[in-house]
Amino acid sequence: MTGSAGSSPKPDTERAAAAHSVCRDCGTRSEVLTDSRRCRVCKSPRLIIHDELFQLGVAHIDCDAFYAAIEKRDNPDLQDKPVIIGGGRRGVVSTCCYIARIKGVHSAMPMFQAKKLCPEAVIVRPDMEKYQKVGYQIRDMMRAYTPLVEPLSIDEAFLDLRGTERLHGGPPAQSLVELVKRIEKDIGITVSVGLSHNKFLAKLASDLDKPRGFSVIGEAETVSFLADLPVGAIYGIGKSMQKKLARDGIRSIGQLQKIDERDLVARYDSIGLRLARLSRGQDKRKIVPQSVAKSISSETTFNEDLDTLAALEKHLWALSERTADRCKRKNMAGTTIILKVKTSNFTTLTRNRALADPTQLADTIFSVGKILLAQLLSDKPGTKYRLIGIGVSGLVDGAHADPPDLADPDKTRRKAAEKAMDDLRDKFGRSAIKKGRSL
Amino acid sequence: MKTTIERSAFLKALNHVQSVVERRNTIPILSNVLLEADNGVVTLTATDLEIEVRERVEAEIAQAGAITAPAHMLYDIVRKLPDGGQIELAKDENAERLTLVSGKSSFLLQTLPREDFPAMARDEMPVAFALSGTDLRRLIEKTRFAISVEETRYYLNGIYLHALEEDGAALLRAVATDGHRLARVQITQPVGAADMPAIIIPRKTVSEVQKLLEEAEGEVSVQVSDTKINFAFDNIVLTSKLIDGKFPDYTRVIPVDNDKVLGVDAKTFAQSVDRVSAISSEKSRAVKLSLDTDSLGLSVSNPDSGNASDEISVSYQAEPLEIGFNARYLMDITSQLDGDMATFELSNSGAPTIVRDGEDTHALYVLMPMRV
Repeated sequence: MTGSAGSSPKPDTERAAAAHSVCRDCGTRSEVLTDSRRCRVCKSPRLIIHDELFQLGVAHIDCDAFYAAIEKRDNPDLQDKPVIIGGGRRGVVSTCCYIARIKGVHSAMPMFQAKKLCPEAVIVRPDMEKYQKVGYQIRDMMRAYTPLVEPLSIDEAFLDLRGTERLHGGPPAQSLVELVKRIEKDIGITVSVGLSHNKFLAKLASDLDKPRGFSVIGEAETVSFLADLPVGAIYGIGKSMQKKLARDGIRSIGQLQKIDERDLVARYDSIGLRLARLSRGQDKRKIVPQSVAKSISSETTFNEDLDTLAALEKHLWALSERTADRCKRKNMAGTTIILKVKTSNFTTLTRNRALADPTQLADTIFSVGKILLAQLLSDKPGTKYRLIGIGVSGLVDGAHADPPDLADPDKTRRKAAEKAMDDLRDKFGRSAIKKGRSL
Repeated sequence: MKTTIERSAFLKALNHVQSVVERRNTIPILSNVLLEADNGVVTLTATDLEIEVRERVEAEIAQAGAITAPAHMLYDIVRKLPDGGQIELAKDENAERLTLVSGKSSFLLQTLPREDFPAMARDEMPVAFALSGTDLRRLIEKTRFAISVEETRYYLNGIYLHALEEDGAALLRAVATDGHRLARVQITQPVGAADMPAIIIPRKTVSEVQKLLEEAEGEVSVQVSDTKINFAFDNIVLTSKLIDGKFPDYTRVIPVDNDKVLGVDAKTFAQSVDRVSAISSEKSRAVKLSLDTDSLGLSVSNPDSGNASDEISVSYQAEPLEIGFNARYLMDITSQLDGDMATFELSNSGAPTIVRDGEDTHALYVLMPMRV
């Protein structure tokens, strides 16, 4: 593993007599023959040095404090101030810049706590539309280097650059350096890169040297690198599995490495197999460009907890419309309606209901959601809720959405009415026409 | 309680009533069958709180009384006793247990107090009529395949039974639909049924009645209120709650001017559908029908496995038409037609299609096409 960009290089890189290197400033690729840690061309110290540097091609790119970075870019006054992105009267920190992080602020922290830790912070309401747009721009830039870009969220993605050497006239590491430089220059934000031989390790690597990092984990040091990490570093190993492992005396990945694969499977079933493989740094998952959506949904957190059906239903209608809009835009339809709520003590509850036919109509999503909501509320009287969401799963092509129904002769008429509303909105904007119930 | 009962008669009755008892019950007493011995008769009662089945079996009663015992277990025991024997049932008065002795086999069963057994409220049943078992079977058998399982539209989870007058004929009509297909079957209205409220009989009741009718002979007397229905035949009485909901106005979805008429041999057609759909995927069961003068092409295209096509000769004189249907729905309908011929009345590839059973004007099916 090699850190760079100011972090003191690890001793093992210093002795690398003939390690490969790429300069992160000028992109020069070379072999480091001496213990020089500066670029031979531009003399920059920002060299990535690693024995396997030119053989590795799986990368994970993660934007640094994405929302905050965009806000700073658009408002230079914020440049040297702590910035917290988060919303509303309550709500939580969704992102904060590195200055705020020094004060101990982190994402998902309740806003009041963040304000206490960092009273001088500038709090910016999130502008998701803007972030989405920037995210898509970055994705497009990534796709210029490889079609195998698998976004994990708006601000991170896996890239498979294996086999692009001839196309780009250099190894993946060099292409990545170029891509990072372009993002910094054209978009105006910084990213961190993890480069390795599979997804699991690439993702771990990108987190090692944030922000503006570039970390490499080669095959040779994979096992020893993982050995010191806690088992929680393995993706999908959540708190309960960690507890279970801790009960059996297992806390580090190194301990897992010493246990035979068969024993792990015997002890933990299929998850044991994952533990065995991943603890040894084996991850065969492919990079799948633009993974297919399994569900389409929208949710909202309230300013104040709600406990009445009427109040919740109002939000449900707006969200049903938003979910339906997304379905229509993606030309998809769902066969199951999923209602999600979060109680005031952060317990998430979901209810779902299969439909006779796939739908993309707000009207249908809402009417089923309403039934599920009423049942849920009557199951748990007196509960307060902080969030509600509604979505559809079991997605099929939009061509199959809402066929005529022998048991519902009016459905065709309702479908036509909703279509007419959609057309008006396309022409005159979202607020051009509203259903009575949303007022 | 003490009684001696013939094994085969007891087994038959137990078989009837235990069917209504759910395998898993949160209320323990609902797993039990109530046995009441009095006046030369043992009455067996089982319920799931929605349906109650009572059956009377003649027996020698040494001492009148009542007890409840686990229905499935009791049925299993009696089933495994040798044929032709007598069974002695007695309540062990102190320990509240049931002893069952037959030949050298004996059993001691845990019981629950008779008082805990929930009795279904006996409502007044203002409407009463009688119909033949054959007619009732027909109403059920020809419609139940179309009953919906959809939770949201619970009012579709049963058969809609109502009395009506059409073209001067008084009818009793059964309708079921799941939105994709609809079955409408009717019989001449039995005397006394004219004032019957329109009711929805739940799926489970429908299937219990159908099972009981399999061995029934003769007339079935039916009583109806707004909330309950009651079927009585032989020594059996089944009472069921009704679905409290409004069945949609199905008359609006039955097309009246479908002018393209296709006549097929029902069996040949069903076999051909079955054949081509062998390659269809679990997800999409669409089969495409291509109609041309006196010929019908059937085809299935599944991107994962391949294509299949078949052709059968039919009678068809209208302009060529291509239309898709769910293969299973086509087979569900054609498999329970009585006549040799099925008649399809079509309009276009997006409109509901009517299917008729040969010359039978009392059965009619509507089928929604699928996109193919």
